[in-house]
Order: sequence, then C-alpha cells, then structure tokens
Amino acid sequence: MLSLVIGVAGAFAQGSRFAPLRWFVAGYVAFFRNTPPLVQMYFFFFALGAITPTVPDDIGMEVPLVSNFVWALVALSLFAGAFNVEIFRSGIEAVPRSTVEAAESLGYTRLGTYREVVLPLAFRVCLPSLNNNLVNLIKTTTLAYAIGVPEMLYVANQIWSDSLNVTEMMNVLLLLYIGLVSLLVWLMHRWERAMRMPGYGT
Amino acid sequence: MTPLVSIQDVHKRFGETTVLSGMSLDVRKGEVICIIGPSGSGKSTLLRCVNALVRPERGRITVSGIEVTAPRLDPIALRRRVGMVFQQYNLFPHRTALQNVMMAPISVLKQERREVEARARALLAKVRLQGKEDSYPGELSGGQQQRVAIARSLCMQPEVMLFDEVTAALDPETVKEVLVTIRELAEEGMTCLLVTHEMGFAREVADHVYFTDRGVIVEHGPPAEFFTAPRDARTREFLGKLL
Repeated sequence: MLSLVIGVAGAFAQGSRFAPLRWFVAGYVAFFRNTPPLVQMYFFFFALGAITPTVPDDIGMEVPLVSNFVWALVALSLFAGAFNVEIFRSGIEAVPRSTVEAAESLGYTRLGTYREVVLPLAFRVCLPSLNNNLVNLIKTTTLAYAIGVPEMLYVANQIWSDSLNVTEMMNVLLLLYIGLVSLLVWLMHRWERAMRMPGYGT
Repeated sequence: MTPLVSIQDVHKRFGETTVLSGMSLDVRKGEVICIIGPSGSGKSTLLRCVNALVRPERGRITVSGIEVTAPRLDPIALRRRVGMVFQQYNLFPHRTALQNVMMAPISVLKQERREVEARARALLAKVRLQGKEDSYPGELSGGQQQRVAIARSLCMQPEVMLFDEVTAALDPETVKEVLVTIRELAEEGMTCLLVTHEMGFAREVADHVYFTDRGVIVEHGPPAEFFTAPRDARTREFLGKLL
C-alpha cells in the first residue's frame, strides 16, 4: 500500500517543474532499483537501526524505537515504491498530451488534471505491470526473515524445527504463497475488468 | 465598442522555427471569425495563444478584459471565459458523455451538481445527442464525440469559443452534423474564432475571414469580398488550389 503511494507521489514529482525534486526522485529510484532488497533491509535494520534511539519496554528492557517489523516495512515499501514510480511514469506518459491540454483548456490546474484525468487513465495502462510488481513484493517479504521478522517462512521454520515435519511444512508454505499470490492476481484482474473503458480495447 | 478578443502583434518561436511573426486581429462580441491558410502557417498556434496553452514571446492578447499575456495570469479565470474544441476531440475516455460535460463545471467552477447536470443534459440534447448520455467516448462516432466536446466546452458558459480544425479528422458525412451545430451556435450570437479548411462553411458563416501564411496575416476581409476578389497573390494561389 505504502509502495503505491510512493509510486504515485514519485511519478507526480517527476513531472514537476522544480528540478531538485526531480533529481531527488531520480536518485531515489536509481538507489533502490540498483541495489538488492536484502542489502537494503540489512542497511535499514543494522546501519540505521543502530543509530536510532531505544526506549524502555514494560519490564524495563531497552528496545529499539523502530522495531524490525517496521524496518522491514520501510525497506520493502521503498524498494517496491522505486519500481512503482517507473511503472506509473510509463502510464502517465501513455496519456496523450492532447487529452491533458483538453483538461487544461477547461480550467483544470495541474493537480486537478492529474486527479481527474491523468491518473485514472494512467492507472488503466499500468495495472498489468503494477500487478507484476505487487506479486514480486509479496514474494520479497520472505527476505524479512533475515532480520527476524516473523513472516511466513520464519514461522514455518519454527514449526518444522519443533515437529520435524520439513517436507509437510514446505508444501504448506508453497501452497500458502500460491494461494496468497493467486488471491492478489484475482483481485487485480477483477479491478482491471471493473476499470475497463467501454469501446476501448477488449 | 472594445473587442472581446484582441490580439496585437503576437510573435512565437518554437526553437529555430518562427511560427508567428506579428499577427494582429480583433474579434467583437457575437462575431464569427474564420482563419484559413496552409498547414504550418501558424493559425492553430495563434488560437492556442488565446487561451494560454501557448505563451507568445512578444505581443499582447486580451480576452474580455483579461490580459492573457500578463506574466501572472490566472488561467482559471481565463479558461472559464474561453471554450476550446480540438481536432482530435480529446474527450476523457474513462467518463461517459454526460460526465465529460459535467466534470469541469463541478470540479473547476464548484457549481452545484444538480444544476450542472440539468444544463449538461440540455446541451447534449441541443447537439442532438439525446439518448447517448451514458455512452463512453469509445462507443461514439467521431462526429458524435466532437459534438460532446462542443457541449463540454459550452457547459463552462464561455464568452468565446475557439474551434481548432474541428472537422479535419472527420469523414465528409459527419462533418456536416458538426458544422450544423457550430452554425446554430453562431446564429445564437456566440462569439466564435475558427481555424478551418472548410471554405464553403467559412464563406457561409463567417463575418470576417483571415488568411495566414508563414506566420503573418496576408489578407482579411468579409467573406463575399475575400472569396470572390482576393487581392494578394498568395491568397489567390491558395484558393485556386482548393476551389
């Protein structure tokens, strides 16, 4: 969800007339797209996590202000967000300049044009690629294992360590992922169909 | 009477190419002005300068008291007074015909939905598209789409309408239905500035015809005079090729 917001905001910023903002977005995309997600997660958890303050918990132990779950969320959102910026940009560029001009000639501001014309059209163009990226994101959550976030693989590992049922748990795990991704794909396809523009394409 | 649209000595370059080199023309309220001329003569650019889609380098344009060429122009104040219809219709394909017409008055002018809807339905009926309110642009023919585009502009209740080669992308059959709509508008007293290749239409509806070539206005006059006795050699050559 957060990665979608980053994607939309980033793509909007890329069309900005304020150059430093465009450079910032370009730098962000370059950084998060060109480095492995596992390295990013380590960077956030071990490098940034080491310099963020700690707070005492209920029993007086010092715990980090930012938990490993939050770090995983931030790292994965930024990682997928970088791809989403580019996906949205491709969608936005597919909206004809003349359609944007028509909105401008009706008095729409840049933000208004984006909200009511450009984004609804761009969304329809980039839904398939967005779908791809979100599927990838679900699978990339596995990497949160590395910083001890109890995601699916981590939990499965705990169970098979206790019950010595590695094969069964592996099957459960695979089926769960297939189920999860299928659910996402099914929802996205429904969404694509719901947004279909009559008279356009199929 | 001061003209509704006043264009004075407008210059525009795109990179190395000079598109407009000093065009001037006035449009009074209720007048229908046609601009004709070969492709690339700057007529569309001139039209786009009037609603600030293109900003000229030099010259002065005013529309109904608004200085279009002012550095700090309020584009919304201008564009609610100036409607524009394009060659490629440029409807919003994700919205129905009715929604296309209603969108801008509601979200730009913040008018009340019920009032806008009533007006939009009346306008669609006026352009003879009753029953097509819920069709999407992709389901309409070119001529129908263009009439939705005209209704969409009119719903903003503009003082002047700009038509940029609105029939150039249509087949001869549907050209007529769009021209009929424009003629009705003209007869109701709407101020219109048209760029067109339809000589017969220009002759019939225009109060004044301008001929442009290579960024300047070569000749202008009332249609009867302009079409029967063109003074300039370039005008004669252009009309000779067409008629």
